[in-house]
Amino acid sequence: MNAIAPDASVLALRAGVSRRKLFDQIFVLVGMLILLAALMTLVLLFLDLVRDGLPRFTFDFLTSFPSRNAQRAGILSAWVGTSLIMLVTACVAMPVGVAAAVYLEEYAPKNWVTAIIEINVTNLAGVPSIIYGLLALGLFVYQLGLGQSIAAAGLTLALLILPIVIVATREAVRAVPRSIREAAYALGATRWEVTAHHVLPYSMGGVLTGMIIGLSRAIGETAPLITIGALSFIAFLPESPLKGEFPYVSFSWLSESFTAMPIQMFNWVSRPDPEFQVNAAAAGAILLAMTLLMNGVAIYVRYRYRKKINW
Amino acid sequence: MSAVLDSAAAARHSLRFRKARDRVIEAGLLGAALVAVVTTVAIVITLVRESMPFFAHVSLVDFLTDSLWTPLFAEPHYGILPLVAGTLVTTLVALALAIPCGTIIAIYLSEFAPFRVREIVKPFLELLGAVPTVVYGYFALLVVTPLLQKLIPGLPGFNMLSAGLVIGIMIIPFIASVGEDAMRAVPNYMREGSYAMGATRFQTATRVVVPGALSGLAAAYILGISRAVGETMVVAVAAGLQPTLTWDPTESAATITAFIVQVSLGDLPHDSIGYQSIFAAGLVLMLMTLVFNIGGFFLTRRFREAY
Amino acid sequence: MAATPHPSTSTSDPQRKTAVSEAALPTERARGASLTIDTSKLSAVAEVTPIKARSESLGFFYGDVKALKGVNVEIRDKKVTALIGPSGCGKSTFLRCFNRMHDLTPGTRYEGRIMLYPEGLDLVAKGVDPIEVRMRIGMVFQKPNPFPKTIFENVAYGLRVRGMRATGLIEEEVEKALRGAALWEEVKDRLSSSGLSLSGGQQQRLCIARALATNPELLLFDEPTSALDPIATARIEELIAELRDRVTVIIVTHNMQQAARVSDYTAFMYLGELIEFDETSKFFTNPSQKATEDYITGRYG
Repeated sequence: MNAIAPDASVLALRAGVSRRKLFDQIFVLVGMLILLAALMTLVLLFLDLVRDGLPRFTFDFLTSFPSRNAQRAGILSAWVGTSLIMLVTACVAMPVGVAAAVYLEEYAPKNWVTAIIEINVTNLAGVPSIIYGLLALGLFVYQLGLGQSIAAAGLTLALLILPIVIVATREAVRAVPRSIREAAYALGATRWEVTAHHVLPYSMGGVLTGMIIGLSRAIGETAPLITIGALSFIAFLPESPLKGEFPYVSFSWLSESFTAMPIQMFNWVSRPDPEFQVNAAAAGAILLAMTLLMNGVAIYVRYRYRKKINW
Repeated sequence: MSAVLDSAAAARHSLRFRKARDRVIEAGLLGAALVAVVTTVAIVITLVRESMPFFAHVSLVDFLTDSLWTPLFAEPHYGILPLVAGTLVTTLVALALAIPCGTIIAIYLSEFAPFRVREIVKPFLELLGAVPTVVYGYFALLVVTPLLQKLIPGLPGFNMLSAGLVIGIMIIPFIASVGEDAMRAVPNYMREGSYAMGATRFQTATRVVVPGALSGLAAAYILGISRAVGETMVVAVAAGLQPTLTWDPTESAATITAFIVQVSLGDLPHDSIGYQSIFAAGLVLMLMTLVFNIGGFFLTRRFREAY
Repeated sequence: MAATPHPSTSTSDPQRKTAVSEAALPTERARGASLTIDTSKLSAVAEVTPIKARSESLGFFYGDVKALKGVNVEIRDKKVTALIGPSGCGKSTFLRCFNRMHDLTPGTRYEGRIMLYPEGLDLVAKGVDPIEVRMRIGMVFQKPNPFPKTIFENVAYGLRVRGMRATGLIEEEVEKALRGAALWEEVKDRLSSSGLSLSGGQQQRLCIARALATNPELLLFDEPTSALDPIATARIEELIAELRDRVTVIIVTHNMQQAARVSDYTAFMYLGELIEFDETSKFFTNPSQKATEDYITGRYG
């Protein structure tokens, strides 16, 4: 049987469809291009920093103090400062954040107190980081007399990342199925026993992910630290937390002045001397690498944890 | 029979202990949760208290209308307009880039991209948003500005355009992510209705999905504005620290946040008006972001409840 | 089917039942306090098998909705009592009153009493601690829910919560429980592998072992085989039949044949009310209520 030639209306329909499908394809192209451009920016940024900072990727850079001579300036006090500050931040944000999240998920009744707490957590997530700096300046540095110290810096950043830890922990806790809780309750466990023996252990992966992401955010924060008075010409290291003699642990480093990686980079990039910009690039590359590494670890932990506990 | 009761009595005793311990722990957990409330209260109290001396010294009218912000000069002026203008211009530049790009990426990821692509791209997008802001500042000053100077001759080394563009790049992942969530919340049966009528993906996306996700997208934009307004380091590094009242992005200017940084870099005595001025500036910043955050919060709730 | 003077059988004679109940108990109903029971009346009633628990006009509210209305059921010691009825009739709701699981949901309320013997404790009284109730009464759920821990730790958890610390003792009890759940032979070589690595039927037996380890006075089964395949179902039914004479069991099932196979006593519920309660053999061959007969013969599901 011969095929009948399609009539005019079908031909018009096909032309219209082709034209509209063209829009589809154009959009896909545009979307992919923009996406690629955004991702390329990340790569470009990293490569640029590495290329510009190349002369400084030496061991001396990591072990020298800042100096007026760009070639001799290093990030020793900066990365030590960052590490100590992160220690305080983690020690404060983790317990408080996890405890708050556990309360909100397992204990909180549906009343106005709970609503207020939740609104505040959401609100704090959107407060600019420099406002945290102002809070710390007025409260920690002066009111509470902590001074411009590592303790103040650590506390400030802990408050800053608290919403991140709380939200991530809540999500992880929520993912534990209700049937597990029921089984534990049915065996005569109290609410805390159910939480501590079951809910928290099974949600640890998500909790850790949240903590790592929070710390990776804290590591790059500059504004609050500048506000509370980080210095960028610190040519000494705080006293070590570990001592060779009893009681082996010292807390005096908490009250010392500090500097941090992002501060150092900011200081160097603000100087007109192009030599210092090399330093800035090197510091930036290291900082970026640390941030990307931490985020990568967090994503990996999240992936592995999802595979391990397969509800 | 009595053995049952005895062991029951013993169980009750340690049960009493377990319950008492539970109560103490619950109080501790509540305390931790209240930290969030305490923090907000502390922020408000600190900002208000530290800026009160400032407002005792400077009239509100001057503050809001004076076109010069020079609190540290011999002849000080305390008009917040230059700083607000700086903030608004950089924010507008940022949004001009981030809203279109972020929305297109969101639509692409939600409606067009195959599953594998989405799984691989999303973490990288997250990484883009996780870059430390001071690194973005470096990028703006030393990569973007020279590039722009080739396109716009006469562009000063410090300008709001580069800073704004880089802030835009910074918040693209955020807008894309929240926008995509909003679009995925649109139920599939709405898409299917459109496809069944012979519409293409693009038509379905623009005529059905985007309108259906409107409040979520609006939330994304408003929260993005809040982020751009609060951004500090990029502008501190690349836009300059000179408060000048200008609406031209190719000029250099200071934002509210950059001013606070500049003062903090110096050494100001605790009771000086300079010190107090940063709290006044911070108060204005806090009010601006609060308005945007509240708007974003209500829009987010609406889009979550809609389906 | 005739209304016998025994309150222990058919509840089709409410007058009789109420009369005996009131006579057997003091009129002073102090909530939460240990009641002294007039055992002379009770022993006449108990005949061969004593009563382990009894619900008296038990009511239950989800908010304003009355889900259970005046349910009176007797649970015989070391026997299997089955609860059947169509979906939504309240049998699971009734079961969960026994171990106060409803306390975990806000807005719920109990009415009436569930008396646990020989102590005479009202399980749903306000003054009685739900945690204590759950420590004495065990439950196995519809969908097997072992913890993501090792097999050993799953069974040991109930013991640890009760303060048992001695490793040797725990190991003994774990083995005893696993044998009691007919799972020991299959898992004795892999006690440290995850509970989730077992098949569905094995997981459910693990949950049974977990409950058995705590020596519960009452063991509640909430549709334990509805999520399992027929072979696993048969094994669990065998197990429940074995548990008879060692543990007092209440089992909720939507499968009538299962009730007929494993239980000694059966109760039929409909729309939150108890319609009939009798020894299983009598229940299925000669039900006294028409509604029961209709349900059993499949006139409605």
